[in-house]
Amino acid sequence: MITLAHFLTLGAVLFALSVAGIIINRKNVIVLLMCIELMLLAVNINFVAFSRFLGDVHGQIFVFFILTVAAAEAAIGLAILVALFRNRGTINVAELNSMKG
Amino acid sequence: MELIAFYLFAAMTVASALGVITLKNPVHAVLCLVLTFFSTACLFLLLQAEFLGVVLVLVYVGAVMVLFLFVVMMLDINTVPLREGFARYLPVAGLVAGLMFVQMLVMMGVTTGKRDVAFAAADPAAAAGFSNLEWIGRTLFSGYIFPFEVAAVLLTVAILAAVMLTLRRRVGTRHQDPAKQSAVRREDRVRLVKMAAEVRREEGDA
Repeated sequence: MITLAHFLTLGAVLFALSVAGIIINRKNVIVLLMCIELMLLAVNINFVAFSRFLGDVHGQIFVFFILTVAAAEAAIGLAILVALFRNRGTINVAELNSMKG
Repeated sequence: MELIAFYLFAAMTVASALGVITLKNPVHAVLCLVLTFFSTACLFLLLQAEFLGVVLVLVYVGAVMVLFLFVVMMLDINTVPLREGFARYLPVAGLVAGLMFVQMLVMMGVTTGKRDVAFAAADPAAAAGFSNLEWIGRTLFSGYIFPFEVAAVLLTVAILAAVMLTLRRRVGTRHQDPAKQSAVRREDRVRLVKMAAEVRREEGDA
């Protein structure tokens, strides 16, 4: 029988994978953005699973808004990436040090 | 039967997520991410969240991932320097991810067996007497109408910001400026000159 624990475990696996992805691909901004999308997806899985489990519509409404914000974030992030590549000719995080941060 | 489908889609999701974070070629990584989203949409369907499953395919696979693919293919990036430190950080990443995974399972009560509860047999939307779409729509357009409008404004702002960030005027190229074109007046283009009439000279007169 399929249980809530199955989906929670899947969400946790996806989240842990995306955290690992952020750590090992810390030079590549595109992969970092993709890992953030993956994290949001893991959260969405938890939301939908709990929504189904509790019979509550609000979990699915939340996922709807998360999808909206994630789409806006991806669009702006990629636009910044394109502008960055035009100005600097690289997307390597290690070389983006003009602000001395 | 449901369990088999769950394991199939979950295995696909995890495998393609692994591909996203490990593949060398960014194009392959994006395609793996598409597969991840697609199999997650199948999992949403398994959870009777039909609307969100379809939205995930339409919005994510159809729009966001295509945008990613465009950008990855447009920027001709050299992947070799971007991969440095990959092997060096791998143990740290594994440690952090493993710890985080265990922590999350403990926090959400999966390890204690508290969450080993099967879902209710009836679809919650059907129990409320609606389809899934109607169930979400009734809540979204009554109690959540203000956040809905804010989300719409947010998307508009995001479009404008993305356009303004990537718009550029190259120096030296010819382009039309519609604002200047429509703002032009007669005086800017036509100059009437008053001059005295000249006497026409005959050919060979000089």
